[in-house]
Amino acid sequence: MLSGKPMPDDATPHAPTIADRRHWYLRGVRAAVSVPGLILASAFVGFAGLAKEAGLTLAETVFMTGVVWALPGKVVLIGAILSGASLPAAAFAVALSSVRLMPMVVALVPELKGRHTPKWVLYVLSHFVAVTSWVIAMERLGGIPRAMRTTWYAGIGSTLVLANMGVVAVVFLVADRLPPAVSAALFLLTPMYFLTSLWGSAREWAGHVAMVLGLGLGPLFHMFAPQYDLLAAGLIGGIAAYAFHRLSRRRRAS
Amino acid sequence: MTFTSIDAWWWPFLFILVAGWLATDSWRFLGVYFGGRISEDSDLLVLVRAVATALVAAVIGNLIIFPSGALAATPLGLRMGAAALGFAAYLFLGKRVLVGIVVAEAVLVAGMLLG
Repeated sequence: MLSGKPMPDDATPHAPTIADRRHWYLRGVRAAVSVPGLILASAFVGFAGLAKEAGLTLAETVFMTGVVWALPGKVVLIGAILSGASLPAAAFAVALSSVRLMPMVVALVPELKGRHTPKWVLYVLSHFVAVTSWVIAMERLGGIPRAMRTTWYAGIGSTLVLANMGVVAVVFLVADRLPPAVSAALFLLTPMYFLTSLWGSAREWAGHVAMVLGLGLGPLFHMFAPQYDLLAAGLIGGIAAYAFHRLSRRRRAS
Repeated sequence: MTFTSIDAWWWPFLFILVAGWLATDSWRFLGVYFGGRISEDSDLLVLVRAVATALVAAVIGNLIIFPSGALAATPLGLRMGAAALGFAAYLFLGKRVLVGIVVAEAVLVAGMLLG
């Protein structure tokens, strides 16, 4: 759909110059400054409060923001730390919550790569893949010359990561001085961000079923088996939603 | 081997690297490797997405029912009401994330100031 369009710039004979690269990198930086970018920053405000409350230091929180980047994975990691999960259990929970990144990257790669893009560039850029930059990229890549797409994505991706590392650091420093109402509002930001964006990003009904089941099962398992609450809720809720998906498809077919 | 079990400055960072970075970037790298080779509609990916969604939803549920920090001092009914009204506003007012967040926050803060 997007890749089928012939881009006029593909025909230009000259190799991309430094000036071309800088131009498209900056266009990517500018694309990060947007409404979705602002909403993401508000979710990171909430995340910083969450991490601080969980006992993490400023350095650990900023480090986590940079190396994990995807917010669901980080929130699950904080949840695992809070419930005293062991390293393997925490890694397993984070891995389960981050599987969704794989199909997102699978869909993005054909849009992103040009004829001469080296593989390592794609591996490096894939680190920037998380819901916000992915949605913006899938929307906008079609209008960017193919040879400049990786440069543009490097611009938007690096800007979002670095800016939110900054947001996290600032919130971390001022969080103690906030009045209780503001502080409470801050802790509601993360769940509300995911409650709405997760519902909107579900591709099939199974996603909505999985969400409702997870919302109920998470707190339920938290009361009985806090160390495994996320894993149990994710596996049971997810498999049940998948069974629903198979059943409803069979019913439609017959 | 929990986050706090080894008292060394490097342990939390190693914990975050293994449980966070490795557990996340492995999927991104696999995505580059498989790029364009598997269909997004395949059954396996539907299952994968469903499990991931339920898991993140479980975290959301816990953050609302068993919150930390200043949110823990608010009544459970207020938190659930704020989240429900915010979500309803999101659903019925054009599915805008910002609308959902703003309505939920307004209900929460109003409830705290009045209560």
